[in-house]
Amino acid sequence: MTSAVELVIAGNSDVVIVRQQVRNSAQQVGLSLVDQTKVVTAASELARNALMYAGGGQVRIEVVNNGVRDGLRLDFTDEGPGIPDLDLALTDGWSTGGGLGLGLSGSRRLVDEFDLESKTGEGTRVTVIKWAR
Amino acid sequence: MERVPVLKLGDLLIVSIQIDLQDQSVLMLQEDLADAIVESRARGVIIDITAVEIVDSFIGRMLSTIASISRMLDAETIVVGMRPAVAITLVELGLSLGGVRTALNLEKGVAMLKERGGADPVAVPE
Amino acid sequence: MTAHGDAGQLRMDELLRAKEETVLKRWIDLAGATVGGRADRSVLAGRLREVYQALLQFIGEGGDASDLRGLLADLSRKQAREGFTPAETAAVVFSLKEAVYGLIESEDDVTALRGYIWLARQIDDLGLFTFETFVSAREKIITDQAEQLLELSTPVVKLWDGILAVPLVGTLDSARTQVVMEKLLQGLVETGSEHAVIDITGVPAVDTQVAQHLLKAVVAARLMGAECVISGIRPQIAHTIVTLGIEFGDIVTKASLADALAYTLRKSGVQVTQRADKHVVVGLERV
Ligand SMILES: Nc1ncnc2c1ncn2[C@@H]1O[C@H](COP(=O)(O)OP(=O)(O)OP(=O)(O)O)[C@@H](O)[C@H]1O
Ligand SMILES: [Mg+2]
Repeated sequence: MTSAVELVIAGNSDVVIVRQQVRNSAQQVGLSLVDQTKVVTAASELARNALMYAGGGQVRIEVVNNGVRDGLRLDFTDEGPGIPDLDLALTDGWSTGGGLGLGLSGSRRLVDEFDLESKTGEGTRVTVIKWAR
Repeated sequence: MERVPVLKLGDLLIVSIQIDLQDQSVLMLQEDLADAIVESRARGVIIDITAVEIVDSFIGRMLSTIASISRMLDAETIVVGMRPAVAITLVELGLSLGGVRTALNLEKGVAMLKERGGADPVAVPE
Repeated sequence: MTAHGDAGQLRMDELLRAKEETVLKRWIDLAGATVGGRADRSVLAGRLREVYQALLQFIGEGGDASDLRGLLADLSRKQAREGFTPAETAAVVFSLKEAVYGLIESEDDVTALRGYIWLARQIDDLGLFTFETFVSAREKIITDQAEQLLELSTPVVKLWDGILAVPLVGTLDSARTQVVMEKLLQGLVETGSEHAVIDITGVPAVDTQVAQHLLKAVVAARLMGAECVISGIRPQIAHTIVTLGIEFGDIVTKASLADALAYTLRKSGVQVTQRADKHVVVGLERV
């Protein structure tokens, strides 16, 4: 299975579409109901961040396999302002947007693999993977 | 954009969320509810999330905000029907839904509000 | 294979076909004796007959042992399921050597002897193969049973109307704890129960992850509108939880399942009174 879906995140309704597509792909991979819920929630957080802080971005949703298990990889990219301090951004409760500051740190706890890259002035990329048990 | 209907049942307001809410709808619901509480002099609000498949930080914050606003307007809010997968995910996300009371289902939520109504102090003559 | 070997192989083929009934009968007798009275003779005879035919085919057509191995694997699995030991199962195969030896013992036939030596080596291989299949079949049975046991050992039971309990027994790993807690939360929704008791009296120890999962389940239940009590925390586990710095916060804990039940009954408005004659009477406080 090499089916990958790419979606543009440009408005509020796109966040809903991302959630729905991630749910479909998560079911396809065979994630448990709880794991589906976790990865959809993480996707919702990351899509909203791209929209709120970078004015939009895109996500690539892909089914992957590591030789032992299938998994779902989500790759969020944007060309926004970037995050100056990654450690700070990943701290529970830290927010520049008046939020709860749980989006990034919480998403990290909801998935199995989490990778955050960002360059000030160039953009941000968050890649996460949830493996089927 | 879809609007979530607010139903009136006696002195209770009932909101049953049946769709995947986008952020704008969430904010609108927050406003609609505040207006409805004042207008209907409701004593309690029940938000039924039985059909809701995910609660992220945005919706979670909305639930807390609605609870605080309605408390200020002298109404109690109860969130009912949270699915186990949603609850487990919220715990992992780190959201505690501070100040929000919860019940397993609609019936229990209504019973909780009725109980509160009954326990209200009756005016005692000096 | 040398020319002598080939000749011996041919001779053995002839002998096994000509004396089929004699050899089979002896093999069935010998095999029956090794597994004792526990095997059903006619069933065993039927299985050995099949194996014998496959053996003839293997020798006659030279070299393709797949049918034969398939039959032996099947035999091993059946023996494993019926509770025989691996040694007994391999002995069934090895006893064919003795049965065939009876054929050549009486004759002064060097070619047949060579054929016998060749056959004996084949039987040794097959015996080992049987042994291996037996062991892996047994392993499969054990893992299957362990899984069933896991299911059985973690039931969500109804203690009272509106009160569920999960009596946890044995070592808890992170995966098992997660599965059980999901089952508990699902049970709360399905039965509309507002109280649950997680009893860990039968749990010898917990690690950080397991303690965290228990804790998260209690918090998740609370988010859903239900309250959990944890009972039966052993001193060592209390010690672990405290030294690991895990915050149990305002989670209610009780010494025993009985205490937890009494507590949750009280919480759900059921009054328990003890009469003078020591019979416990339970009455509903509210309608
Ligand atoms: N894609 C992004 N581009 C630029 N900055 C970002 C991006 N994503 C996150 N950030 C920064 O990291 C901070 C933390 O993000 P996080 O999602 O954890 O919290 P939040 O969005 O502020 O609140 P919450 O998600 O809990 O509602 C944000 O306030 C923002 O400053
Ligand atoms: Mg965020």
